[in-house]
Amino acid sequence: MYKNFFRYLISAIFLLGFSVNSNADFKVGFVYVGPTGDHGWTFQHHEGRNAVEAAGIKTTFVESVPEGADAERVIRQLAQSGHDLIFTTSFGYMDPTNKVAKDFPNVKFEHATGYKREHSNVSTYSARFYEGRTLLGHIAGKMTKTNTIGYIASFPIPEVIRGINAMTLAAQKVNPNIKTKIVWVFTWYDPGKEAEAAQALIDQGADVIMQHTDSTAPVQTAEKAGVWSFGQASDMQRFAPKSILTSIIDDWAPYYVERAIAARDGTWNQQDTWHGLKEGMVAMGPYNSAMGADLVKEVEQLQKDLASGKVHSFTGPIYDQKGNILVAEGKVADDGMLAGMSVYVKGVEGDIPK
Amino acid sequence: MSLDISFIGILIGSIMASSVPLILAASGELITERSGVLNLGVEGMMIIGAISGFALMVITDNLFIAIVGSMLSGVIISLIFGFLTQSLLTNHVATGLALTIFGIGLSAMLGKNFVGIPGKEFPILFSSLRESIPFFGPILFGHSIVLYFAFALPFLTNYFLKKTKLGLIVRAVGDSPVSASNQGINVILVRYCCILYGGAMCGLAGAYLSLIYTPQWIENMTAGRGWIALALVVFATWSPIKVLIGALIFGGITILQLHMQAIGFRIPVQFLSALPYLMTIIVLVVISRDSRKIKLNTPTSLGRIFYKEK
Repeated sequence: MYKNFFRYLISAIFLLGFSVNSNADFKVGFVYVGPTGDHGWTFQHHEGRNAVEAAGIKTTFVESVPEGADAERVIRQLAQSGHDLIFTTSFGYMDPTNKVAKDFPNVKFEHATGYKREHSNVSTYSARFYEGRTLLGHIAGKMTKTNTIGYIASFPIPEVIRGINAMTLAAQKVNPNIKTKIVWVFTWYDPGKEAEAAQALIDQGADVIMQHTDSTAPVQTAEKAGVWSFGQASDMQRFAPKSILTSIIDDWAPYYVERAIAARDGTWNQQDTWHGLKEGMVAMGPYNSAMGADLVKEVEQLQKDLASGKVHSFTGPIYDQKGNILVAEGKVADDGMLAGMSVYVKGVEGDIPK
Repeated sequence: MSLDISFIGILIGSIMASSVPLILAASGELITERSGVLNLGVEGMMIIGAISGFALMVITDNLFIAIVGSMLSGVIISLIFGFLTQSLLTNHVATGLALTIFGIGLSAMLGKNFVGIPGKEFPILFSSLRESIPFFGPILFGHSIVLYFAFALPFLTNYFLKKTKLGLIVRAVGDSPVSASNQGINVILVRYCCILYGGAMCGLAGAYLSLIYTPQWIENMTAGRGWIALALVVFATWSPIKVLIGALIFGGITILQLHMQAIGFRIPVQFLSALPYLMTIIVLVVISRDSRKIKLNTPTSLGRIFYKEK
């Protein structure tokens, strides 16, 4: 009799413990690739985390986590220590996220900018940054005097190549003589190297500088050299008030709050989210008055058209560097093609590093 | 692409600017090593210098205090190393590695509130001459005072080691601390001074990054430059002038490979990224072939613990 009594007691405690754990102790974890104060990529994810916290949900974060073996250790650690939902916010966390997700089927995972959802508890999400790049390309094409746009690229992944292509296509539309010069720095974050790359591009005749890296060093270099630049991921205007024409701003907050609440209330399901200007996940910083009222008006109209879907960043005809057709006239590139983009369009100089 | 003469001048100017932290840190470490002490904490001392300089600039709004303060912070942190290795006789290599790890962690902690604050414009000298003289203008003028100091430093160091009595004492202590001690030289004191001097130069090298080169504070912003400075000292076979040459080659190829990408050379980018390391090693090995000279410059007792029997 006592034996049964103990059995009930133990299972009661167990159940009680479990239910307390799943309601009151709901926790969300974040893994960042840079420091929260980079004023770029990680800063914006951290703003999203702050919004989740403000919605009354407990969160923790780990910053400056290198992509690779360290990432798996950190993600595993978060999963083990009772986090119910984990956001991994860099492309390089893709495999570690899926690996850990396999071992923790009760924990939900959200991986930014990736495409692998190997288990039912992994969702992916990204923003259509390329819509922002289209606007930058339009502005750059109009503002450049040397017809040379300098582009600081990080790693040869579809995300980065898509940005280069979207920008170049938009710039060509307003200025057929445009040339895009690219420097690969093989880092997301090394201010010294980013500054040197910006300087090299400026010395090679670029008078508009664009970056797909996370620090504010390139815009500061552009400010010093008196050329135009664009902020990346976050509004970088105060770091280069004269030089910055506008910034592409990533706004993750609404998505993070929505997903965290869904996970807490048990309505979370696997999905692949790709939001853009329309949903507000991509936003633009204030336009520099140096652009002139006409160009600002033009760009604002283009921004509206991109958001409404009237204009698409990748509208045919689009050719690759060798002149083969990628997207036929009158067609637009589908999401599958965009997600796997691995060739330059015509007009971009150089080869993609392999 | 443009490769006219005035452009080459600008290019050389920016190569010089990028080599400054390497020259400063390597020159400081060179003196430390010539006294027989191997301090692997260069990276840690640099990053502490970077955060101290930037923090002081934000707090006091005075660049002079910031520069001096960064050197002092290098002195203070190297004092820890000096106390451990000279007074407590710990192993140089282990203590130096610990100093680097400690420095990186401490700087990240101290720097929490200074991330994302825009830096201040550092005054440059002779900026009008820079514009008016083609080719030589951007090479010789329009730099910060720290750059001029950095380029004078290897020559001063060379003079100090070869022509002054103090330099002779430092070399004696590094070669044979026992004989030096028998001559009545206070070996421990000399080594302390060399360690602290090395710390000051590394602190300045860090402040150059956070105040002048990329004026902002960012975690881990030295990005391995301390390790390159350490390697330079060895590959330059402890000769100050060769340190200068090595630093210029390293800085030069780093900048040139970015230019080659921008120009559109069809060379694999990964190879270009490795080029600075390869070229620096090759050149320094080639110019340091003379084994007699190497023996003359190498501190024989490098990294060995010295303690005076009483």
